[in-house]
Amino acid sequence: MTDVAPAPFRNEKALRRLKKRRAADARFRLYGLSAIAFALLALSVLVASIGFQAISAATYHKVGFDVVLDPAVIAPKGKDTPADISRNVDGFYALIRSNLQGTFPEAAEDRMATRQLGDLVTRLAVLPTAKWVSENPTQIGQAATIKVPLSDDLDLYLKGAVSKEFRLRLGDISAVTEAAPRQVRLTGDGAFKALQSLIAVQRQEVGDAVDARSILISAGSTTGRIMSLDADAAEVTLLTGSATDFSNVRPTARMIELPETERNVSDLQIAWTLALKDKGRVSRVPHTSLLTHTDSTYPELAGALAAIVGSLLTMMVTAFIAIPIGIFASVYLEEFAPRNRLTEIIEVNINNLAAVPSIVFGLLGAAVFLGFFGLPRSAPLVGGLVLALLTLPTIIIASRAALKSVPPSIRAAALAVGASKMQSVFHHVLPVAGPGIFTGAILGMARALGETAPLLLIGMVAFVADVPVGPTDEATALPVLIYSWSTNAERAWEPMTAAVIVILLMFLITMNGIVVLLRRRFERRW
Amino acid sequence: METTMTESRDVSAAGITMDETQGLTFPRIECKNIDVFYGDKQAIFDISLPIPDRSVTALIGPSGCGKSTFLRCLNRMNDTIESCKVTGEIIMDGENINDPDIDPVLLRSRVGMVFQKPNPFPKSIYDNIAYGPRIHGLAASREDLDAIVEKSLRRAGLWDEVKDRLTSPGNSLSGGQQQRLCIARAIAVRPEVILMDEPCSALDPVATARIEELIDELRKRYCIVIVTHSMQQAARVSQRTAFFHLGELVEMGETDQIFTNPRERRTEDYITGRFG
Repeated sequence: MTDVAPAPFRNEKALRRLKKRRAADARFRLYGLSAIAFALLALSVLVASIGFQAISAATYHKVGFDVVLDPAVIAPKGKDTPADISRNVDGFYALIRSNLQGTFPEAAEDRMATRQLGDLVTRLAVLPTAKWVSENPTQIGQAATIKVPLSDDLDLYLKGAVSKEFRLRLGDISAVTEAAPRQVRLTGDGAFKALQSLIAVQRQEVGDAVDARSILISAGSTTGRIMSLDADAAEVTLLTGSATDFSNVRPTARMIELPETERNVSDLQIAWTLALKDKGRVSRVPHTSLLTHTDSTYPELAGALAAIVGSLLTMMVTAFIAIPIGIFASVYLEEFAPRNRLTEIIEVNINNLAAVPSIVFGLLGAAVFLGFFGLPRSAPLVGGLVLALLTLPTIIIASRAALKSVPPSIRAAALAVGASKMQSVFHHVLPVAGPGIFTGAILGMARALGETAPLLLIGMVAFVADVPVGPTDEATALPVLIYSWSTNAERAWEPMTAAVIVILLMFLITMNGIVVLLRRRFERRW
Repeated sequence: METTMTESRDVSAAGITMDETQGLTFPRIECKNIDVFYGDKQAIFDISLPIPDRSVTALIGPSGCGKSTFLRCLNRMNDTIESCKVTGEIIMDGENINDPDIDPVLLRSRVGMVFQKPNPFPKSIYDNIAYGPRIHGLAASREDLDAIVEKSLRRAGLWDEVKDRLTSPGNSLSGGQQQRLCIARAIAVRPEVILMDEPCSALDPVATARIEELIDELRKRYCIVIVTHSMQQAARVSQRTAFFHLGELVEMGETDQIFTNPRERRTEDYITGRFG
């Protein structure tokens, strides 16, 4: 043994080493922080984008119609039982159509316009009214205000989602001259100067494409399309209303970026919608039908109720099957099973099962539950069974981890006072492992709640118009509804889909919240 | 009893006979030719050991010598270890408790155990004590149970410290109190034998002293077997000592004799600190 001189605290080498270590430390922290920052950023972008889209579906536009519930129309002789009335879509729609035609007589001039007018409100939108009247037959023959959702495209237009629109206030119109029926010339000193310069600016940006854009001019309930203009005058084709509305007012001009041929709403429909709005008949209301209606082919009528109930029924079946089986399996494996080759093989396979893609479970469900056992298609029963298989490994693994974390000294203590094996497990081990087991169970259920693929394969993607009441009724589930709505072509489905995603997320957050509460409440230290 | 013990000085480890032990004191437990195997590995080699009633028997020896394993034979806790196999006879009340048709649950209600680390149940102090009497049906009424809890806590010398907070969790006590709680828990099921596996190794000297006093007190009612690493503790609390080494019983006899005049060289080396 040779004497080693003690290393000095401060020399160049020691300081260099310290500096290096500190730098490495700082670097590592930076990596960690940036990883977390990235994850948070991704999460907030995701949530923000979904939330932003969903917000526009949180409200929608309804139109009010003052009508008389004429028995000859809604409850003609021979079709006047409550059941008939509740199904009499044509009758109720006729009330609305005639009201619209009365408000906008110009639509009668050509068939195209008549059809477009009818498209303001979907036929099936009157169903809730029909149901209401059938339940309150004293209303028949009375005057009533029916509020029905505006067609989805016009709803989107009012929300500004159809096209970019340049809106500006024009100068005073001093003279209105009617050149021909529905053709008017509006003049006002420099009234159109601002619009002219807008067009010039746009022309610089997009070239002659600006000529294809519609420029609408409205005052009160009257709207027309500007055909040509200079600084002081414009030739306008009236779409709806009367030309006199323009005199001595400052009308509003709208330049709609998307040409009429490229959008689902015509200038005429926009004009009518603006007129209805001006008359105070359009109101923006909370979109409660999203929670109270079932699926529909029309976005403004569609709701997620059937899917919510379907998801709940499915989860009930899953919980009833997966939680008890999972807990018993894990208790047996962890506490009672002999440690041998067979147990090991079972354990490895349970872990493998947890990694099997969910669609494989769907195939299995389709083959076994539908094919072999002949259970009904599209039923929450089958969905629940398949999802139970899917969550079992998750629950077993989590429960076993919870059981493993119970200190062996507690088992020994129980045995030593003369408790049997069963008593030691059920009196001492399970209560301690309980919160962990339930955490696993709820996380497993949360995973099952978000599963889409296996449910598609057992037919739960079917269009379901009735709220399921039992586990063997046809049903769909929230994630499947999201999937099927997201494949629809119409623009209005986009915010609707986002809204259902938000509903699903609410469910998941609630479940995870329960997990956190359970942990807080029952966490034991020893 | 004390007198009988001091009179019979000449008891050898190997040549002990039934008559001599009876002269010593009635052996509560008689172990004959115990072998213990963990899988293929033999941990205990042919140990025969009489354990007298109403006294403290200390098992000493270096780590891994099999003293804890032997202790766990006495209430068949080794049954819970799958690979563990015990052969030989352990006679208690004329029955071989190693017999397959002896119910280990019943055995453990008569042979209590206290562990190295205090391990109260994650329940209230009251429930810790009441659990054993409850599952064995020892209390007919709530009052009975209260009485058992109080008596057990008194015997464990814990009553005065916890009587006002019987509903607070057992884990909220200090380490020494927890260990006395565990002793009270063992007493509550009215055992005849109490096994203690290094009961003071996790405690500070003050708590250790309290436990040792308690053991001395309990000796009047119970047959106590204690495993300890502390030679001083063995000398302080036990009347008889058995020295284990490498799975064999090297020597046993009265504590005084083992510590002052060991017959075996290995014993002497161990107690004088030359190895182990």
